[in-house]
Amino acid sequence: MKIHTLTLAQLSKGLRAREFSSVDLVRGFLDRIDAHQPTLNAMITVMRDQALSAAEAADRELAAGRGGPLAGLPIVHKDLFCTEGVLTTCGSHMLDNFVSPYDATVVAKLKAAGAITLAKSNMDEFAMGSSNETSYFGPVRNPWNTDLVPGGSSGGSAAAVAARLVPAATATDTGGSIRQPAALCGVTGVKPTYGRVSRYGMIAFASSLDQGGVIAATAADAALILREMSGFDANDSTSVDMPVPDYMAGLDAPLAGMKIGLLKEFFDKGLDAENEKRIREALAIYERLGATLREVSLPNLPLSVPAYYVVAPAECSSNLARFDGVRFGHRAKDPRDLMDLYKRSRGEGFGAEVKRRIMTGTYVLSAGYYDAYYLKAQKVRQLISADFKRAFSEVDVLMGPTTPTPAFPIGAKTSDPITMYLNDIYTIGANLAGLPAMSIPCGFTAGLPVGLQIVGPHFSEGKLLNAAHVFQRETDWHTRVPERFS
Amino acid sequence: MSETETGWETVIGLEIHAQLATRSKIFSGSATAYGAPPNAQANLVDLAYPGVLPVLNGEAVRMAVKFGLAIGAQVAHHSVFARKNYFYPDLPSGYQISQYELPIVARGSIDVVLDDGTQKTVRVTRAHLEQDAGKSLHEGLPGVTGIDLNRAGTPLVEIVSEPDMRSAKEAVAYMKKVHTLVRYLEICDGNMQEGSFRCDANVSVRRKGAEKFGTRAEIKNLNSFRFVEKAINYEVARQIDLLESGGKVLQETRLYDPDKGETRSMRSKEEANDYRYFPDPDLLPVELDDAFVESVRVTLPELPDEKAVRFGSEYGLSAYDAGVLTSSRELADYYEAVAREVPKEPKLAANWVMGELAAALNKDGVELGSAKMSAERLAGLLKRIADQTISGKIAKEVFEGMWAGGATADAIIDAKGLRQITDTSAIEKAIDEVMAKNPGQLADFRAGKDKLFGFFVGQVMKATGGKANPAQLNELLKKKLPG
Repeated sequence: MKIHTLTLAQLSKGLRAREFSSVDLVRGFLDRIDAHQPTLNAMITVMRDQALSAAEAADRELAAGRGGPLAGLPIVHKDLFCTEGVLTTCGSHMLDNFVSPYDATVVAKLKAAGAITLAKSNMDEFAMGSSNETSYFGPVRNPWNTDLVPGGSSGGSAAAVAARLVPAATATDTGGSIRQPAALCGVTGVKPTYGRVSRYGMIAFASSLDQGGVIAATAADAALILREMSGFDANDSTSVDMPVPDYMAGLDAPLAGMKIGLLKEFFDKGLDAENEKRIREALAIYERLGATLREVSLPNLPLSVPAYYVVAPAECSSNLARFDGVRFGHRAKDPRDLMDLYKRSRGEGFGAEVKRRIMTGTYVLSAGYYDAYYLKAQKVRQLISADFKRAFSEVDVLMGPTTPTPAFPIGAKTSDPITMYLNDIYTIGANLAGLPAMSIPCGFTAGLPVGLQIVGPHFSEGKLLNAAHVFQRETDWHTRVPERFS
Repeated sequence: MSETETGWETVIGLEIHAQLATRSKIFSGSATAYGAPPNAQANLVDLAYPGVLPVLNGEAVRMAVKFGLAIGAQVAHHSVFARKNYFYPDLPSGYQISQYELPIVARGSIDVVLDDGTQKTVRVTRAHLEQDAGKSLHEGLPGVTGIDLNRAGTPLVEIVSEPDMRSAKEAVAYMKKVHTLVRYLEICDGNMQEGSFRCDANVSVRRKGAEKFGTRAEIKNLNSFRFVEKAINYEVARQIDLLESGGKVLQETRLYDPDKGETRSMRSKEEANDYRYFPDPDLLPVELDDAFVESVRVTLPELPDEKAVRFGSEYGLSAYDAGVLTSSRELADYYEAVAREVPKEPKLAANWVMGELAAALNKDGVELGSAKMSAERLAGLLKRIADQTISGKIAKEVFEGMWAGGATADAIIDAKGLRQITDTSAIEKAIDEVMAKNPGQLADFRAGKDKLFGFFVGQVMKATGGKANPAQLNELLKKKLPG
């Protein structure tokens, strides 16, 4: 039996029925991780011993008829979630020696639900990147074509799920970092509403935009994980104190009457023609399922990329000030004085893209520039939020492409940051407005997956997962696995 | 030389930092107690570990609101925490969380009574919440700098005044008043040695009559009233000298060196940091509704100004006495506890509390209200003055006995036989004996040397061991001496 092609629900059932043990499961996936690490470079740290002993404990629980909803099921965490006693690098030389003394809330919640962490996944350095090429630990490769990027910044998590190295992985999305790699790797990714999932223990890039979420093969699996990782956290003032619905319960609700808005601004000249075809085909399926389509316009949405590249760097320039070589992380050797310690520790510890954003952010917050950049970007952000709000007074969800093109070759865009930034043109809006959004596989172009993006009003994760799941009942794109990993 | 003589006017504004007396820090659960071993009270949030987030301590908000209400200020329904970005080892996150454009308290005022009795109102521009930084340690650490983050994240309220003060004395009077107020409100322990209450002084001078302010220097981190006065006076003299010799005052940050009694430049405006303030995205804006503000208002104690007015009307005290006795809540409470025991003698109580007691406390460095001289014990003594058991003079002797040992006033009076003689025949008998012993002086008195009256008072007092009732003695002498 190919356990790696089973869904979480099937794996859980098998565990409960003792068809296989958690140790079998965990060992099986660990072996796949090890086997494909040289090809994909999806992981930074593999936690074989911890995972196997946790699996043994899970088996004892399961044998006794106990265990949480995720008991014995394997998972991978993006390497910016702090994991107690385990290296937590954020994809950076700055933290390549950082063993976290505590668990992020998301890690603790999933652990409490019974999930077993197999590894920490590779990512763009400090989540800054759209191709996974900024990782200090080398680029992750796209399982569909290893010459191509998997997207970023959660490229390790997306590639791992696409290659079925693990059934599900945590990820984070600041400007598209869950949805874009999910699209490029042909898997399902959910970025929840800002505040739905605790940010405590998630190493910050841009605090007002960062949101933890999940990447899985199917919407149902994503729903299962999301249910366990969501919820208010007293340690995160921006987490929202609202009950978490049972996302599993509403998955099969019929879509008849659902009003879908097509984002006019997304079907622009930058959208690859083949990608657009796959999206239109997917929309036709929704129509067939009883949903109605109408075009909606969000006139301020084209401003999202420039606004984002002011707000996100501004916050990152401040968030990353704590990496100074004094208490943890990379420390320059033999500093002459304090300034030398700061300058060399940071100069050596951070990569080029991180430095670029720190400098951009420092600039836009400087005296005399604040109003022209930061303040203006915040105003644009409010306009974009208002656009979305208006749209959601007319439709239930918005749909469109997740990315303009399928996966691109490693190295193709590294020399031109602006071209790279434009890869997030369709995803950034949801972050600026704090909205939940997903990407699901909706077909292929030249052998590469295409992602359909679904955006909903605040706290409509249930509705998005429902729309995604019903689509996945009708299609099999989400079950496709690249041949060498099948 | 006074300023009027020099033709210069001093302009001072203060930024007072008062550490709020919360049990835990403003954004983390660490304890705030003073004096723990280095870093024993610093958790992952205080250390700014990757991934940690600040959570606002509601008690700090309550305390800031209390202060705002006490100075008649506007309490903001919407205030925002901002990050002030700069690198320093005692600031682990690389930014201080403070309030910038939207502080929690704005536009209040504080009335100050100066030594000469004149009253002055100092306007408070704003008071905002922020976190304190840690400390760099150099002592006993050759070649390295130690960092103690126990204080990092301790809540502060920064109270910013308008440039309303015109002399060092006014600045000190204002600072003392704020000190009194925060302790009345029980929002700060006011301990200046431990740095719980300190200030930065913005000082400038201008020609008398000039409208425009001069360029100011900011003297950082003054942690005693004496230093505030000395530092400002030094700085004023320095600026006047500089201007009179054709120089210019630089806008800069200066430090006061108490050993040398001078201020010296720390950094100029050009070297000043660009703090790149922006709203802290990790913290939601602080939204306070009227109900919350009212719930804080009802917890306000009687404030020093109100109390002083009441002391004037209820106890008939002078404005000066009432001001002194209400300068701290403990002193006022102590006074009232004493005055309650001797209801007919509120002024006597005031004189003793401000006089003998204050002197003794001061001399021995003893806290007010210690068992050594509880209000009850002092009242026990004053009762004996009030009922004429002893005279005021004897009372001082009894007080000394009480201060030295644990005995009550009555015990000392009895043991030493200090009870005042009020028996007319006994006093007369003593007078007769003194007259008999001093025939010469008596003759001189009767010949018109009135001054000798005092001699006889003294002799009788001596003979009675000071116990004769002074009023009775006077009466009887007046009767007997003329013959």
